[in-house]
Amino acid sequence: MTKFLQTSIDGLAVGSLYALIALGYTMVYGTLKFINFSHASVFMLGAWFSLGVARLLGWGQAGAEVPIYAALVVLLATMTICGALGFAIERLAYKPLRSAPRLNVLITAIGIAMLIDNTAALEKKAEIAGYTIPIGFGTRPQRMPSLFQDKAVAEIAGVNIQFVDIVVVISAVVLMAGLQLLVFGTKLGAAMRAVSEDTRAAALMGIPVDRVISITFVVGTMLAAAAGFLFAAKYPGLNQPAAANWALLGLKAFVAAVVGGIGNIRGAVVGGILIGMIELFGAAYLFTQLRDVYVFVILIAVLLVRPTGLFPSGAVNKV
Amino acid sequence: MNAFVRRSVPGLVARSFLCLTLALGLIAGCERQSPQSSGGADAAPAPQGDTIKVGHFGTLTGNEATFGQSTDKGVKMAFDEANAEGGINGKKLELISRDTRGRTEDSGSAVTRLIDSDKVVALLGEVASGRSIAGGRVAQAKGIPMISPASTNPDVTAIGDKIFRVCFIDPFQGFVVAKFASENLKVKKVAILYDQSQAYSTGLRKNFVEAFTKMGGTITTEQAYSGGDQDFSAQLTTIRETAPQAIFIPGYYSEVGNIALQAKKLGIHVPMLGGDGWDSAELLQIAGEALEGSFFSNHFSEENPRPEQAAFIERYRAKWSERPDAMAALGYDAAKILVEAMKKAPSLKSDELAAAIAATKDFPGVTGMITIDANRNARKSAVMLEIKGGKLTFAASIDPE
Repeated sequence: MTKFLQTSIDGLAVGSLYALIALGYTMVYGTLKFINFSHASVFMLGAWFSLGVARLLGWGQAGAEVPIYAALVVLLATMTICGALGFAIERLAYKPLRSAPRLNVLITAIGIAMLIDNTAALEKKAEIAGYTIPIGFGTRPQRMPSLFQDKAVAEIAGVNIQFVDIVVVISAVVLMAGLQLLVFGTKLGAAMRAVSEDTRAAALMGIPVDRVISITFVVGTMLAAAAGFLFAAKYPGLNQPAAANWALLGLKAFVAAVVGGIGNIRGAVVGGILIGMIELFGAAYLFTQLRDVYVFVILIAVLLVRPTGLFPSGAVNKV
Repeated sequence: MNAFVRRSVPGLVARSFLCLTLALGLIAGCERQSPQSSGGADAAPAPQGDTIKVGHFGTLTGNEATFGQSTDKGVKMAFDEANAEGGINGKKLELISRDTRGRTEDSGSAVTRLIDSDKVVALLGEVASGRSIAGGRVAQAKGIPMISPASTNPDVTAIGDKIFRVCFIDPFQGFVVAKFASENLKVKKVAILYDQSQAYSTGLRKNFVEAFTKMGGTITTEQAYSGGDQDFSAQLTTIRETAPQAIFIPGYYSEVGNIALQAKKLGIHVPMLGGDGWDSAELLQIAGEALEGSFFSNHFSEENPRPEQAAFIERYRAKWSERPDAMAALGYDAAKILVEAMKKAPSLKSDELAAAIAATKDFPGVTGMITIDANRNARKSAVMLEIKGGKLTFAASIDPE
């Protein structure tokens, strides 16, 4: 019973992280009809920027008191930085290719991912006006300063529920609810949905398509950044920016988006939680060596049996 | 009247600029030469007659970066001292370091580059066994002698007669940890959490299991992870269910930190045991207090008083402003043994140099008395270190039987 409960809690926390990243994939696919492969890199930057901001503001150093608002400030700062980065990527790399074949944009996305990963892993520093500014984060794993108390909140049936896990799940739920509200409750959301259904018709209706697409990107990127921050909070020993495991995590989130039905917000959330649970339960009860295999087997199974995913977006393919 | 329609020039310029930036980014990611190579390696290489080129391939960047960087510093110190004493028959030693970036694929290509384009006469490296095996295969095929400072998997020297090492091997290391667990810690039930993507980890796990079960202990469960993983909750939950008295984690320091943190969160408070892959200044930086009361086997302990060792520690501190870890000490010993062999060998041709290295007997190294045996391994003692009060303290020394 303890093991079942523990695995469920871990699966839920990990699944929430996947869901947040999957939302970014889904939103970009919904409006632009392409898979943004650089999303995993933004997730990585979210984690590393949180570390940078926390260090810069001097929080979480050994023994020092951490104010309650510290986590929120770091989260918002990271989301802002990554949102700006997402805007820049979209404007510089994807916008000029809007009328190009889909393959070109896909390759560009992969190129952007490699660019971000390797630039972030640079050890070089720049000398500007007497200040030494590090260009990259270096290649050593570093520890994220802990902004949350390290204590167990409750104990049920021998299982410790950590404060961090609760924060992760609640933050993910809040962000997902916020996104749901944005897309289905505001005029901007209606514009996003219109652009994703038919870009040209939306333009004819007077919707500023460029702006809406940029906003979609920024929102997706901000969600990835939030996921990165929560990930760093949960797993403080961060791997270097060019490590392969960031891409693997992004890939699993992509699988979650596909399993849930790409282009569908509810699908991304359900898919994320599902993949998180399957991975953790498979690792705990079956073979741990095949942990990643379970996730990708689910992808193959879904693509074979129900390619549109659990919640198909319902849009008819345009001719 | 201007009917001439132009394609948007700014758009074209922007796109070309973007392509150029992407290309530069890709190139920057591809080859990263160590910025620490000894003077002369960056400038035009000196004519072959004046210097003796030795190559070092190591993990200078990447998740286990302290492995390569510490080794590099130890090797450089040894070469600088040898050069100050006149070099080899008047010729200076030149060190060329190439980065394997922590990837097995890059190991082979680093060695190929060192041998083919840098024209080294001998190689030092690597620390991680998997990467030593990859590089060693190339070195053996091309006939260049290679000394690994710290790879402990037996398969490394089994590659061929040009591959040597100056450290103990994993069958002994597994025995050391098992003996410490059963005699010093007096535990009978141990769980194992190993890295299935690294030859070092899977090998050491097997050796530990053999030795520990022979001493009457039982393994409660064996769980696996892959290098780079950050979530170990499933494995640790399963381990917790089996109620072990200790957990053996024969992995690299980069993951051990996260494992320790998560184990504490799950309420696992038994001591953790490890191998020499734990040895790094960054281990405690990541793990903090989560590793208090844990032990790991190593090649070298600062607290073990031997005169050569104390002198080495002082010189290293003076030169690099930091304490030497086991990798630095082993890199130093490997380099010194290579220098000795070069002095004794009739020429630097690979067969004669390899024979001279193989003849190393009772060399007073910083990490102990080193004799290269018939299998090209070194027969040495190991120490068990305990993490107490945030520091590595000496717990026990175990000799080969």
